[in-house]
Order: sequence, then C-alpha cells, then structure tokens
Amino acid sequence: MNISQAVKMAIQSVTSNKMRSFLTMLGIIIGVAAVIIMVSIVQATTARIKAQMENMGTNMISVTLTGRNSTRNLDINDMQKLVADNPDYFICVAPTITGNPRIKVGTVNESTNLIGSNQHYSSIHNATVEFGRFISEQDCITRRKVVVIGKYIQNHYFPGEDPIGQILKVSNQVFTVVGVLEAKTSTIAQGSQDDRIIIPYTTAQRLLRNAIIRTYSFQAVSAEVSEKATDKLEELLLKLLRNENAYRVMNQAEMLENVETMTETMSLMLGGIAGISLLVGGIGIMNIMLVSVTERTREIGIRKAIGARRRSIMTQFLIESIVVSCLGGIIGILLGIVGTYLVGRAINLEAVATAGVMILSAGFSITIGVFFGWYPANKASKLDPIDALRFE
Amino acid sequence: MIRIENMYKIYNMGDNEVRALDGVSLHIGANEFVSIVGPSGSGKSTLMNMIGCLDTPTEGKYYIDGTEVSQMRDDQLAEIRNRKVGFIFQSYNLLGRLTVLENVELPLIYAGLAKNERRHLAKEALKKVGLEGREHHRPNQLSGGQQQRVAIARALVNKPSLILADEPTGALDSKTGEEIMQMLREIHQEGNTVVLITHDKEIAKNAKRMISIHDGKIFSDCEVKYA
Repeated sequence: MNISQAVKMAIQSVTSNKMRSFLTMLGIIIGVAAVIIMVSIVQATTARIKAQMENMGTNMISVTLTGRNSTRNLDINDMQKLVADNPDYFICVAPTITGNPRIKVGTVNESTNLIGSNQHYSSIHNATVEFGRFISEQDCITRRKVVVIGKYIQNHYFPGEDPIGQILKVSNQVFTVVGVLEAKTSTIAQGSQDDRIIIPYTTAQRLLRNAIIRTYSFQAVSAEVSEKATDKLEELLLKLLRNENAYRVMNQAEMLENVETMTETMSLMLGGIAGISLLVGGIGIMNIMLVSVTERTREIGIRKAIGARRRSIMTQFLIESIVVSCLGGIIGILLGIVGTYLVGRAINLEAVATAGVMILSAGFSITIGVFFGWYPANKASKLDPIDALRFE
Repeated sequence: MIRIENMYKIYNMGDNEVRALDGVSLHIGANEFVSIVGPSGSGKSTLMNMIGCLDTPTEGKYYIDGTEVSQMRDDQLAEIRNRKVGFIFQSYNLLGRLTVLENVELPLIYAGLAKNERRHLAKEALKKVGLEGREHHRPNQLSGGQQQRVAIARALVNKPSLILADEPTGALDSKTGEEIMQMLREIHQEGNTVVLITHDKEIAKNAKRMISIHDGKIFSDCEVKYA
C-alpha cells in the first residue's frame, strides 16, 4: 500500500465525519493561530520600539546632571577633551540646553520646545536638515541669533512661503531662520518632535539666563565600542563630580540591546503559552484517535484478515492523524494571518505574520500529528485479527 | 494443498487448560470442496482460524501450498492471507464507508497492485457474482444476499488458493442461502478449493467431503453421498 492511497483513505475517513474532525482540529487551529498572532504582534512591537529608539540618534551616549539645584557643572571643554583624547571611542559631543519659550511670527504666538546645541547635534540625534543649513561652529562661537526650525514650525508659522532668511522672535528676541529639519513624525503635530527649534547653545545660555549645561550627548564610533566608551565617560565624570549620584548616563546601544532581550523573552514566553494550547490540541487528537481505533476495531480486523500488514494499519491511522493536524494547521495559519492583521489594526500596529513563524507552527502541527497519532496507530496495528473480527 | 500435522491449540484459562484443538491432522487437496461441521465449542472456529492463517498453533505443523505457516510472524501471516486465502464471513464484514467496488479492491491494495489493474480485476470479480452496475453503491444499500456476493467477489479477486467460508448462509433466509451455496458450488467447479465451516449438516452436504469435529478432535471424515 502506498502513501497516496493511505492519504486518500485518511481524507475519506476525515470527511466522513466532518463535525467530529473539525472539533478535533479546533485545538490545533486555536494553538497555531495563537502562536502566529502572539509572535507576530511581539515582533511588530519590537520593530516599532527599535525604530523609535533609532530615531533618537545613532550610537548615542548621553549624560544628564541630576539634582535641580546642584551647583556642580560640567565644562564643555572637558567633554570635548574626552572626545579628542579617545578618537577610538567617540566621534563628537553636543551639549544640550532645553527650554520652553514663546515664539512669534507676525501675530502667531505660541510656546515651543527649544534646544540649544552645536553643529554635532544633527548627526548624533538624526536631525537632518531638509533645506537651508544646520547651526555651525561659528554660530556658537559668536553667539549668533540663528535658528533651525522643525517641520511643524515651518507649516504653522510660514505656510506657503520660504522660511529661510525670515525673522522669528524667540522670547521677544529676533532670530533669523537658517534651516528647516526633515519631518520626524508622520503626523507633524503640535508638541511632537517636529514642534521644536534649535539654536546655538551659547545663544541659548544667554537667552534662557542659564549658564549650566545639564545634558551632553556623545556619538560613539560604533555600537560595539559604546559600552567601553560609556565606561570611559563614567570614569571621567566620577573624577570631575566625585559623586556617582550626580549624573545619569544613558547608552543607546545598551538600551536597544535591553529592548531586544526583553522582547525576545516576551516572544518566547507568549509563544510558549500558545504552544501549550498546541500541546492540548495534540492530546485532543490522540484522544479522538483512540476512540476512533476502538470504534473501528472491526474494520481493522477485516483489513487484517484480507491481508493488511501492521505497517499498513499503522500508516493508515498515522496519516489520518497527520491529515487532521495538518488541516488544522493550515486553517490555523489562515486564521493567524487574519488575526494578526485584525489585532494589529485594533492596537494601531503594523503587524504581519512572517513566513518564519508560519513554517514553525506548521512544522509543529505535523509533529503533533505524528507524535500524538503514534500511540493510537500503534495500538490499532497490534490488534489481534481474531479478537478484532469478533468485536461488536 | 493444505496439510495439518498433529496440531494442538491450548488456551490457559486460569487453572484449567482448554484444548481447542487436540491433535488434529488433516489433508485437503487442490480443488476439493470440504465442509467442517461441529457444534459450538467443538473447536471448529479455532480450526478455521488456523486454516485461515489468522492464528498460530501451540504445537504442530501447518503447510499451505508446501509453505510452512505455523511458525510465521504476524506480517508474514498477513501476506499469506492476502495471497492465498479468501474469506467469506457470516456477517459479510464489508467496510460500510467504502463503495462496493472499493471493498472488492481492498485485498488488491494490500497486495500492492496499481490502480488500473485493481479496478479491472475488481470489476471482473463483481461481474462474476452478478453485481454489475452496483459498483458505486454502499454495502448498506444492498440486500443481505447481495452483500454476501460482494464478500465473495472480494474473496475471489486475489485468485487465492483457498476460499474459506465461515457460516456464509448464517444470516440469510433459506432461499438466498441456497443461492449463495449455488455460487460456492460454481466457484468450486471452476477449480477453486473451498472450505466451508458450518454447524448445519444440511448446508454441509453441499460439499463433497464432510469433516466432523468434536472436542478438538476429528470425529469423522467422509465423502458426502448426494441424495
């Protein structure tokens, strides 16, 4: 007896009792769909978090002084010396001063986010200039009143006109627009990353009457050295400030890694929980196959009497359970694809079931078919033909 | 054809042992029509299981077409049953989920024949038992006599050395039963060896030779004289 014959027989047997076959499959269907949906959603979430973090900058390490009334200060020269002394670790450093001033063009007058920094801010924080130019070193040295604006500012304050060279009042001081940043968000809304202006940090110090720079961001040479670079930075900070609690260092590469480990764990955990439902589905298949073997004892007896070998009976029942679990697997995959799409849409996430997880769960369901079909099939194949024929 | 030498089948039921077959020796030649009769509990079913290669004896030897079967394992026995024995049961034992044609094809599937050949042989066998045009019916759509004829077609399809009929008329009315017996006689006349197992001596008289069995022993073995 060949396999195609056995598959035909199995399909015949599965379709002859559709309701029972469907209920048997249900466990596998739910299990496979759950695995696909869970893993896909976690993958999509991870991808989104990573994209957001990469949006923050590239290989960024940032230092923030803690304690509002701390009199300790970090001198920009010390920071620049650190970069210059360790070219293997650092590319550049940008100081960051933030404020929340009101800005005014004509009659439009609202508050926005202000960042005071230097020419390196652009590359460290992925703040690309769409047109015009970014702040230059010269701007910082001479405390020029120039400003680079976010997309929202352009759309809101200069609709339909070229903002370059225009006047923008920041806290009633006159600034000249020199550049516009590329949009960071798709919505370009008020209060978003596109609602901001960047001015030279020296100008900002004077404008905000705040001489202390509380935040510096460094760019590490690569993600690989960022940990060593962080160590180097912390060493210097401890020497300068003599207090571990006076500052906080954030390493972007490390954070990315943390997110990855976390989501990987989550993926495994959720996948595992869904996997348990697959296991339960498999036990359901075994249960029904055992019932089926008992029900069909007489059939097995007849088949044996007319010459079926153990292997033929074994193959027949094994293939039957594989057909049930595969069919369940296929329906589960389809349900998983649809489910992933629907759940993704519900939580506003672009989630797609990947081929990898589909192949994995399909393979899993075949394995379940073989594993849980084995025992009943073996039991069937070992029935004694005389007893089986006598069975009522 | 069939040779049984000093065969014993002993079951141990707790303390007392049951000798279902107690030193049976028997020879059935090719193209014989033999009936085996005996009351229930006489060991006739056990003997049938032995002849049909469904069971192996505790002791003794069994040859079919010169091959010793008594020491064979399960799968070897299955192959012998498939090639050399055609079973006809009292309760037909057709598979209800399969069509008539598929039922008749079944032994050929296990013999490993290709589909076209199977179809051809199965149709031929059905024609022989007069069930042309019923190929795609299910067994439960047929009368008892027709079902038994399907079973006969299934027994014949593999061209076995031996047709083994176990109470083939037991579930049929006497008229249909007579039709079935007529068919068995024809099968015998075509050159097949037929062994008929029954408890009914009238039915047994269809055969040319009657073997009576009692308490696991052969009680008598004689030619049947036609009335």
